[in-house]
Amino acid sequence: MPQLDDRKEPHSELAEGVSARVPTTDEVQIKTPEKICGMGHRKKRKEDPRFIQGKGNYVDDVKLPGMLYMDIVRSPYAHAKINSIDASAALEMDGVLAVITGEDLKAAGDLHWMPTLMSDTQMVLPIDKVVYYAQEICAVIATSRYIAADAIEQVYVDYEPLDAVVDPFEAMKDKVIVRDDKEKKTNHIWHWEAGDKAATDAVFKDAATVVKEKLYIPRIHVSSIETCGMVANYNKARSHMQIYMTSQAPHAHRTVFALVSGLPEHKIQIISPDIGGGFGGKVPVYPGYVICAVASLVTGKPVKWIEDRSENLQADSFARDYHIEAEMAADKNGKITGLRVKTLSDCGAADAAANPSKFPAGLYSICTGSYDMKAAHVEVDGVYTTKPPGGVAYRCSFRVTEAVHMIERMADIMAHQLGEDPADYRLKNFIRPDQFPYKSPTGWEYDSGNYEAALKKAMDMIDYRTLREEQKQKRAKGELMGIGISSFTEVVGAGPSKDYDILGIKMFDSAEIRIHPTGKAMARFGTKSQGQGHETTYAQIIAEELGLPSDDIEVEEGDTDTAPYGLGTYASRSTPTAGAAAVMASRKIKAKAKKIAAHLLEVGEGDLEWNIDRFEVKGSPDQAKTIQEIAFAAYTNHPQGMEAGLEAVDYYDPPNLTFPFGSYICVVDIDKGTGEVAIRRFVAVDDCGHIINPLIVEGQIHGGLTMGLAPALYEEIVYDENGQNLTGTLADYLVPTAVESPKWELGKTITPSPHHPIGAKGVGESPTVGAPPAIANAVVDALWHLGVRHIDIPITPPKVWKLLRDNGVTD
Amino acid sequence: MIPAAFDYHSPRSLDEALSLLKQHAGDAKILAGGQSLIPAMRFRLAMPAILIDINRLNDLRYVEERGDHLAIGAMTREHALEDSSVVRRSYPLLHDTAVVIADPLVRNQATVGGNIAHADPANDHPATMLAYNATAVAKGPKGERTIPIDDFFTGLFENAMADDEILIEIRIPKPAANSGGAYTKLERKVGDYAISAAAVQLRLDGDKVAEARIGLTNVSAVPMRAKAAEAELVGKSISDAVVEAAGKAAAAECDPSPDLRGGVDYKRDITRVMVKRSIQRAVARAKGGK
Repeated sequence: MPQLDDRKEPHSELAEGVSARVPTTDEVQIKTPEKICGMGHRKKRKEDPRFIQGKGNYVDDVKLPGMLYMDIVRSPYAHAKINSIDASAALEMDGVLAVITGEDLKAAGDLHWMPTLMSDTQMVLPIDKVVYYAQEICAVIATSRYIAADAIEQVYVDYEPLDAVVDPFEAMKDKVIVRDDKEKKTNHIWHWEAGDKAATDAVFKDAATVVKEKLYIPRIHVSSIETCGMVANYNKARSHMQIYMTSQAPHAHRTVFALVSGLPEHKIQIISPDIGGGFGGKVPVYPGYVICAVASLVTGKPVKWIEDRSENLQADSFARDYHIEAEMAADKNGKITGLRVKTLSDCGAADAAANPSKFPAGLYSICTGSYDMKAAHVEVDGVYTTKPPGGVAYRCSFRVTEAVHMIERMADIMAHQLGEDPADYRLKNFIRPDQFPYKSPTGWEYDSGNYEAALKKAMDMIDYRTLREEQKQKRAKGELMGIGISSFTEVVGAGPSKDYDILGIKMFDSAEIRIHPTGKAMARFGTKSQGQGHETTYAQIIAEELGLPSDDIEVEEGDTDTAPYGLGTYASRSTPTAGAAAVMASRKIKAKAKKIAAHLLEVGEGDLEWNIDRFEVKGSPDQAKTIQEIAFAAYTNHPQGMEAGLEAVDYYDPPNLTFPFGSYICVVDIDKGTGEVAIRRFVAVDDCGHIINPLIVEGQIHGGLTMGLAPALYEEIVYDENGQNLTGTLADYLVPTAVESPKWELGKTITPSPHHPIGAKGVGESPTVGAPPAIANAVVDALWHLGVRHIDIPITPPKVWKLLRDNGVTD
Repeated sequence: MIPAAFDYHSPRSLDEALSLLKQHAGDAKILAGGQSLIPAMRFRLAMPAILIDINRLNDLRYVEERGDHLAIGAMTREHALEDSSVVRRSYPLLHDTAVVIADPLVRNQATVGGNIAHADPANDHPATMLAYNATAVAKGPKGERTIPIDDFFTGLFENAMADDEILIEIRIPKPAANSGGAYTKLERKVGDYAISAAAVQLRLDGDKVAEARIGLTNVSAVPMRAKAAEAELVGKSISDAVVEAAGKAAAAECDPSPDLRGGVDYKRDITRVMVKRSIQRAVARAKGGK
């Protein structure tokens, strides 16, 4: 098992990673002993004791003396003119201190509008009109949460309803203009393309087979257990704003707050404490945050705002909403030759996603997936509708979920159309291992991959050929069984500074490590865990590099006063960026440690070699200094002329993104009477390169698969024709539970990233990206012989029931 | 999701509860398990001025056979039905129902009496109790009275009790020999209300169905019996055609509303399937199967 041993020991060449040749294995390598607990150890999370004991500290746990509470009046209309807002009755209530309206924000310095992370604009509070259901109208500040809730019922708003436009195709006709604040009176926001149109058209002209399909990837919502919230604490005497906030990106948010409010950035401290799930929903800046901060500025008191569940489900962080028309071409041998995709992106009333600036459709152009083809062309148009901002996030790696769903559905349709087995068809069309690094027709350079190995492993685990036999026998008896495959390619770890920024801030990330005299360490990061287990993972990376026991390393994130600047945690970027920064900072420390060791051992640096947790004199391992001895010396006996201390900071600018991948196989049985889909088995083989903590990776995959199951079979945000959200509670927005989740059967292959310093890739979103098409493909596979070609997710019993009855199948 | 203000009473005896209820009749709501009332209050769909919390009335928690019936105290938690050996052994329709009500967290708190008194056609017990031909026992200032279940549900969220009465007990007749029952429910996910569900209780006389009662869940504005479906069964030998005819009759006589769970045609057809599956299991159980 060569890959870890193949790593050159990077004493002086700080940026050196694993070699470009990256064989695939399936054994996690462990170099450090249990007491050090570096990479590969199944270490239980350092976070677990406080979470299991209920000792976490979330935003809603923050209680400050004299704290006030905010509640928000929200619009009952999706599109309406505001004639007047009468808050007098609310203001007369005992305990109500203020009602903040759009006019107030305007007077406070045009704070009634704010920039989105996509350089669009979004209302904080409206003055003239509302553009989505549940939009913030005004906010009540009161001495208790209950008084605030009672007071919002006493605010009277005179609305004049306007026509809503819920369907993006209708919106493109510009009959109802959503954003009449804009100079151009159109709902069309942007057009974006990738790939080579002429080459793609040529490929389609020569194609032996072309399949086409329309796919809708519905609007969904992350529904993290913790909703969004803030405690803003403005200290007038210090002109200092302290903010506790549910933030996945506290540094970026601090900069945005400074730019929007005019407060100097050094007078703003954002603390993102324990976060109960983010999934991208805590990346955008929501109006509530801005109002809450203004409320504290105005009152000079701490103000708390915590959304309730329905507010969260109705106004924040919607994802997807992609209307896709896809065509795939194949030659006479069935080899995929091209892909042509047109997509309409329903952005809602503002383009408020959090994609890198150059990528209005995120990384959607990864949509050629795991298949080698000659040409591809992708077009996306963004359009406003009278809905809350859409396309934000749902554990999706910047739109990779939509791309993967499309390509995996299309590959499956093509295989079925050609009468080929979907597994064999994929094996025939995969990018081969010897083609890496692979340049894709839409311009990506895939770092490493071995798709065949992952799929074959999944097929072995599930006994694929036997299942196909069983399916044949069942079909003869009229029973409906389907087998679905998804062989996805992810793209995560944004990103290289030449192409990736958010509002101009480059998408590096950072680590700062300080080793104390007694050999214990503090490490701080620009990222922010929301349940991913960073405190454990990062400690294991540092333990691997420096030989300090991972329990001796305290990891901190989320306080902008102490952590180094970084772009935060989303899009599976933490390990590819901040994880790499931890390695690089460790290696800087190790370079200094070597000088100290040479001084202590009275030898030249060239005479030393590193061994797990110490520098040894070559050929004389008894002569050694451990990292702890070196740390002590760094403060007590360092060489003359050298700075004291043992610490380093690294801002890591990744040379490329990382491309995790995997193959999932799902087996379903369909109830002919009810249309219910039962997942009998689900095998997931993931490859995320080198694994830092298998337990955490498996946990990520379990959670991610469940969040892939969710949109495949259950979740969808539904609006009526007036733009009312019909799924604004968890009674109707169907988040699956343990009961709905099948037993996830996990496998792995390990194909390291050649450019990441420890060969790791991201993993958190792979399963969310990969699972839905495996499930959809399985259902269509069960029904293909009836003439069914495609079913949009979520595949609910009524949809399947209709297909069954339309084809004469009943019970 | 913050409820409006309300006054709260927590009586220690049924008499105290009844006297509070009389005093505040019209303004007060009884708080049993709270699994319907509290969400309604949090959404401010219900804003009772006074809550009378009867959770201290431990005397109303029992499940036991008394004479010719099974007596269930109104404050019995749903999970107690799941765990009851007599229910498991002799009342399979009730046990089927108990294990599919909402989810385990809700069943730990929800009460049998609350489920029935709320008179929500989406709740599971009304159909079951209709199929069992149960009796509700109410107590008010004038004392106790019994209400046949067929008379109990008078409208959506409306029952036959007076404002000053409290439901204290449910009585289910002991099933005769050669009886069987079953509850089949289709739901979107655990914890959801039924898309449709069917409760069937029947007795066989040789090959023939001697008696049958069928209750339906969430396919009508008021909890309903599928009497046309019952008529398709009684006096007939069970065959696929008879079961299908009963299913079709239920599909025709139910009156579902379209919503996110599905359209009318879908719900009717699912009702057909639920009724058929419940009949098949009830017959198997009547013949001694599980």
